[in-house]
Amino acid sequence: MIVAARIFFVGGVTSFRALFYWLTPWIYIPTMFISPIFQILLFAYIGRSAHLRSDEFYVIGNALQYASIPCLFAMAQMVGGERFQETLSAILVSPAPRIPLFFGRSLPVVLNGALTAAFALVTGSLILGVHLPASSFAPLALVIVVAAFACTGLGLINAAVSLRIRENAVLSNVIFGFLLIFTGANVPLDSLPGWMSTAAQGMPFTHAIKAARELAAGSSLGDVGGLIGAEVLVGVVYGLLGYGLLRFFEAQGRRHATLERS
Amino acid sequence: MSSIRVLAVCWLLQFKMILRSPFDGIGNVIYPLFFATVAFFVFRAGHSPRTLIYASFGAAVMGMWSSVSTSAGSAMQRERWWGTLELLVAAPQHFALVLLPATLGLATIGVYNLAATLLWGRFLFGVHLTITHPLLFALAILGTVLSFGGLGFLFAVSFVRYRFAWVLGNFFEYPVWLICGFLVPLALLPGWVSPISWVLAPTWGMNAIRESALGGSPLPDLGACLALGLGYVTLGVLVTDRVLRAARLRGSLSLT
Repeated sequence: MIVAARIFFVGGVTSFRALFYWLTPWIYIPTMFISPIFQILLFAYIGRSAHLRSDEFYVIGNALQYASIPCLFAMAQMVGGERFQETLSAILVSPAPRIPLFFGRSLPVVLNGALTAAFALVTGSLILGVHLPASSFAPLALVIVVAAFACTGLGLINAAVSLRIRENAVLSNVIFGFLLIFTGANVPLDSLPGWMSTAAQGMPFTHAIKAARELAAGSSLGDVGGLIGAEVLVGVVYGLLGYGLLRFFEAQGRRHATLERS
Repeated sequence: MSSIRVLAVCWLLQFKMILRSPFDGIGNVIYPLFFATVAFFVFRAGHSPRTLIYASFGAAVMGMWSSVSTSAGSAMQRERWWGTLELLVAAPQHFALVLLPATLGLATIGVYNLAATLLWGRFLFGVHLTITHPLLFALAILGTVLSFGGLGFLFAVSFVRYRFAWVLGNFFEYPVWLICGFLVPLALLPGWVSPISWVLAPTWGMNAIRESALGGSPLPDLGACLALGLGYVTLGVLVTDRVLRAARLRGSLSLT
């Protein structure tokens, strides 16, 4: 139990620090804190130009959706980075239990994704003059963490697929693009074709973004409990699928000696 | 004549390499389509007098810019990683003649982005486009490609001192989309943004493409776009000389 906890916490933090050893503040700050502001501004002004929705709609939608960048890319790099530094085999050959090994690496990613989204929400709101009621701050923080959790579940699948493909950056960008379109971050779900809004129900962010917008409009945490529960469920399902895929591709990699193929 | 031949051969070589790169040849082509799709949905759902045709051209040029901004910043850095930078710098031709085709190659991929986005709008969103001045439209695209290549070249040589040049390249993607009038009219942005957009060739390239397609007079915009492109290349050559001289003095040319 203690060993598992050590692998979960120490292994997770060490892996995350290693990630930012090469990411460094020169990459971290523009990517995590500046780009989301421009994404918010871009879509808020497109919304103004198209006369579609208020600035608040785009600030909340894009701030939350941008958490997908750290969640998807960091999880993919969990595999890609280890492979690049030729440490992937050493990790996977170890007898460490896989649940704390993989999920321990997910925890810092969830926290980082939440930090990115929270920063974007606060800064975007200040720049565009969006007023969020003080009573919504704590529930919004919870929703942001849940959204980052759900997307990290999807990121776990991304990490698993990265055991088989080389171009995980391209794959992460593609997933990011789908989330941009489907989740209602910029296009109201009722303006999307039926099949797209139905598919959106099974994607990270859809329920969290809706919950955050309702909270900003004055709803209480109890009012959006169902949406938060749905977002958690989405994250759990993706997390379990991701874990299953990681184990499957790990076994395939051992069988075909392809773990280090880059 | 020899310089033109070097430019042409290098452009062809770079273009072939980019086409085979999963990131530049596939990823950078697909990625802007997601943003174009959002723009189409937003403008279709909105109540603006601006039409899907307006969005279609804007989204198409967004794609062109993406292909340059993301990778041009690190074009020189890539040569350094591959270990070919010293060889290219030591070659008897000016280094700018080798580097400029790399960013022009990226800008050329932008033509594919433009076509893909216009077709995407046509077949998925029913945006019927009629090009009023086809010849001027083609010239506007050519001028935009050249100026984008010039701006990419300036990025490539200016960012070379930074190890993380690709981040700076990525960083300029959204701001240019926002302030160059691709999907948001400049009149909607704060007044202090306009002078910044005037010194960016994408603003004039966008205007030239829209004007030629929708029946305006694109030549002044095209002229401004080409003039700025030439200015970027000139400035880039000066920066190249300075950067290379400094790198030789400090022995830091191959420093990664």
